Amino acid sequence: MTATIEPEVGKGRLRKEDERLVTGRTRWTDNLTLPGLVHLAVLRSTMAHAKIVSIDTSAAKEMPGVVAVFTGDDLDPDGAIGMPCAWPITPDMKSPRRPVLAQGTVNFAGEGVAVVVARGAAEAEDALAEIDVEYDELPVVLGLENALAEGAPLVHEDLGTNRNAVWIFDSGEAGSGAPVEQAISDAEVVLKRRFRQQRLVPAFMEPRACMVDPTAPQLTMWSATQIPHILKTMSALTLGLPEHKIRVIAPDVGGGFGGKIAVLPEEIMCLLVAQKLGKPVKWTESRSETMVAAHHGRDQIQDLTIAATRDGTVTGLKVELLADMGAYLGLVGPGVPILGAFMFNAIYKIPAYHFACTNVFTNTTLTDAYRGAGRPEATFAIERIMDELAAELGMDPMRLREQNWIKHEEFPYTTVSTLTYDSGNYEAATAKAMELFGYESLRQEQRERRDRNDPVQLGIGISTFTEMCGLAPSRVLGSLDYGAGGWEHAAIRMLPTGKVEVITGASAHGQGHETAWSQIVADQLGVPFEDVEVLHGDTQSSHKGLDTYGSRSLAVGGIAVVKATEKVIDKARKVAAHLMECSEDDLEFAGGKFTVKGTDTSTGIGDIALAVFAAHDLPEGIEPTLDSDAVYDPENFSFPHGTHLCATEVDTETGRVRIRSYVCVDDVGKVVNPIIVEGQMHGGLAQGIAQALYEEAVYDESGTLTSGTFADYLLPSAVDLPEFTTDRTETPSTTNPLGVKGVGEAGTIASTPAVVNAVVDAVRHYGVDDIEMPLTPMRVWQAIRTGEKAAGGPGAESGGGLGSIDAAHGGAQ
Amino acid sequence: MIPAPFDYVAPSTVDDAVRALADAGEDAKVLAGGQSLLPVLRVRLAAPTKIIDLGKVAELRGVREEGDHLVIGSMTTHYEVQRDPLIAEHATLLARATDTVADPQVRHRGTFGGSLAHADPAGDLLAPALALDAEVVIQGMDGKRTATAADFFEDFFTTSLRPDEILVEVRVPKHTGWHAHYEKFNRVAQAWSMVAVAATVRTDGDAIAEAKIGLTNMSSIPMRATAVEQALVGQPATTEAIRAAAEHAAEGTNPTVDGNADVEYRQHLARVLTGRAISAAMAG
Repeated sequence: MTATIEPEVGKGRLRKEDERLVTGRTRWTDNLTLPGLVHLAVLRSTMAHAKIVSIDTSAAKEMPGVVAVFTGDDLDPDGAIGMPCAWPITPDMKSPRRPVLAQGTVNFAGEGVAVVVARGAAEAEDALAEIDVEYDELPVVLGLENALAEGAPLVHEDLGTNRNAVWIFDSGEAGSGAPVEQAISDAEVVLKRRFRQQRLVPAFMEPRACMVDPTAPQLTMWSATQIPHILKTMSALTLGLPEHKIRVIAPDVGGGFGGKIAVLPEEIMCLLVAQKLGKPVKWTESRSETMVAAHHGRDQIQDLTIAATRDGTVTGLKVELLADMGAYLGLVGPGVPILGAFMFNAIYKIPAYHFACTNVFTNTTLTDAYRGAGRPEATFAIERIMDELAAELGMDPMRLREQNWIKHEEFPYTTVSTLTYDSGNYEAATAKAMELFGYESLRQEQRERRDRNDPVQLGIGISTFTEMCGLAPSRVLGSLDYGAGGWEHAAIRMLPTGKVEVITGASAHGQGHETAWSQIVADQLGVPFEDVEVLHGDTQSSHKGLDTYGSRSLAVGGIAVVKATEKVIDKARKVAAHLMECSEDDLEFAGGKFTVKGTDTSTGIGDIALAVFAAHDLPEGIEPTLDSDAVYDPENFSFPHGTHLCATEVDTETGRVRIRSYVCVDDVGKVVNPIIVEGQMHGGLAQGIAQALYEEAVYDESGTLTSGTFADYLLPSAVDLPEFTTDRTETPSTTNPLGVKGVGEAGTIASTPAVVNAVVDAVRHYGVDDIEMPLTPMRVWQAIRTGEKAAGGPGAESGGGLGSIDAAHGGAQ
Repeated sequence: MIPAPFDYVAPSTVDDAVRALADAGEDAKVLAGGQSLLPVLRVRLAAPTKIIDLGKVAELRGVREEGDHLVIGSMTTHYEVQRDPLIAEHATLLARATDTVADPQVRHRGTFGGSLAHADPAGDLLAPALALDAEVVIQGMDGKRTATAADFFEDFFTTSLRPDEILVEVRVPKHTGWHAHYEKFNRVAQAWSMVAVAATVRTDGDAIAEAKIGLTNMSSIPMRATAVEQALVGQPATTEAIRAAAEHAAEGTNPTVDGNADVEYRQHLARVLTGRAISAAMAG
């Protein structure tokens, strides 16, 4: 064993996991099989809202290969099982029961109605067509304002309302700032804007899948999930199963983006059916099912009122949100918009702030976490309205931001929404970004194009963002009524040959934990990168954890790894002192060796591991193991920030938007692996840009998802995206020993407003002050053509897709 | 995404294929690359009982000259069309349009004849075929017949092919020396055309002697922008003249409405893109 010379942390290591992930030669849930495996296929409702009059499964049962067909009543005759929601945001939040398969009524198109069990997956699918369901149509509730209107039909009659919950934060009441109404009435300038966050599909690459083996004493579930640990506990609670009789394995998982933070009815269904039949079962959804049945993201109407002085100092911000929950509550769905409550004030010193969110039920697929979860929505709205305020005041939009942001010497800074930002340097990131971007020369070109009335107009969009990630300090989650803590677990196993196994409760699904954790451990223990193996995603080996989401893995799980290595070193130090016959205080540990200070006598950690394994000669009272574990509960969130600058060319004849350049300088603190950071930024930017320009889940008036395939739900590919210029500043987090911050969501959070701001900036001189997302060529063209202040702005309703651009609305929205 | 059960045959001659098709009756479907058919089968929008795969019929592949025509086998892949020297020389428009079809994987599998027979109005090869005055050669149990592209396309996804017939060849009159450009407009690179314009132009000195303009997705079938074609004859190839002619591009069109475009916007695009297509053709 050789000691590592240069630190691993900071090295651009290629990812250990990429060979198997990129080639697909690995274990995904769908390519696992078991002896005697039977396959499940789910019949899904084509109706958005209807009473189920009858379900006739007799013909399906006669189909070739069919083992059984079950309805909701077959699986849960007492109607006792409800899918869990772990985030009751208010004490009086309305929570409808979400059954495993629909019982009595269907509440969105795509809800499971029956399940076929067959020897082959194709046979199961074939038999679906033979199930006869008679529906009695109910009025369909679509659109946030429609759902709240007087006399609106109800999604859940028994709840008596479509209002799920109302959650309010007020700085006047909290004592963190002044009352906002006063600020607004005293203001020299007040600007109101309505923005719409369209509904999005978290388009992970691997569809969801689940396999359950009931033939061993422990029920084993394999699932393409982000959250194996939570799934284990929640499965036990949901079905009243003893938790120690369940093992959950997340094998390699092909992406999640929040879309796999869920306890699925299909997972519970697999547990029930497997136990009923005593056979292993597997369910793998088709992409068509993903589109209608996997939870969606975003879908909000955002009303903002910003108050400012004439010279550009923001004096107050009021935010009123309507958030579409869909037909039921997901695992953390109601809390997603609430995460945004802390981020509308963003990087700015806003003295008065009010936030109110009304969560609403509609007859649509439920919404829940999607990359950024609450923070992209907030960042979009504040960064858009800062541009609008700049236009109103006739100020340069960057100048306005600079005037209001927290200066680097003011950290730590407690915001009006009560978070304490530990560190940051917005000036440094901005200065670097402005230089890379060539801000002044682009402004010059913009003026020239305007002057000569060029058919291609240029616009510049700014997004200076921060976000809260590294979910999360458990006490903060407690104060938000979240159903769990935010700690993470790690363990180190020192093997007799000096190799190291690292166990993490974070559950990677593409992030690169195996590589990053290996780098961290290599530095901590002074072992080669190659000598570290990272184990995760199986509750039998990784028995404790809270999984991966909210850019938490490194800033929480990575720190747990550090803490566990420190314990290993402490144990090893005692043994080293004993073996070298010196005092522990005389030892220093570096490069994997304990050295007696001032001598060249040393012993390596691998030799100590072997000595401990042999256990022939250990100090009195010392257990023969170096293995250690640690649970780390962060004291604060981490607050990555950055300055994103986007230049777009808008073809005014067709409305087409082309991103000409995109520069981002992000501060994610200390970087463990720059290649992984770069990859996270690129992927995040792609998804954020996609919200701005391409993606939208659209329902028609009957509640049918009309964007149910990737032919209609447009995902950009590499050729549709620009070259990204990414760079970094490095202001370490002060609240964790590595100085790291999260990076998984930063690109998504920051980029959407940068793009929309750039497009609006390109055509503002035509009188355009907003264009609804996604900025399709038709919407952009119509906005230009309408050419007056009224142009743009959101449609009356979320989810309407084209509802806002029909002739009745005068187009251009 | 599992298709309903079907029988599958892969004959190696056109005669065998035609016989298999006639024997199978109305529930049979021809597989000619599968880039449109397979997705339809997988989402179970169609459930034919028999699939007749033309992939092994060697005589349906390749490009040859026959006097003043090119003859393109219906199973010639997009990839082959893109790179064929005869097409590049004598039917440049077709090569340029084929460049824009979907992505490399699709272009390796998808075929020219399959695309025409599928008759998706948003497909990129219908308008070029129409603009180039192509004819299709069709073979059935009763032998061969020929149809002009104008007669072949009847409606959305509907051609004059009878259930027991196979499109075997496409005959394209040589347009040697004609300028050509296919101007495609879509939201992401892999999407179907919202609107596209196929333009090919013959010049005489500095003037436009003849122009042929095909419109993609401006009706249930591909269309010729005849008013534009007429307006261009004898005109100098100036931006102003081209723009003025292109103003006629939407005449007689009847485009569909979808999430990407309404009628007014599609017609506007047709005018803008027609001007651009002609200008780009002249510049190329």
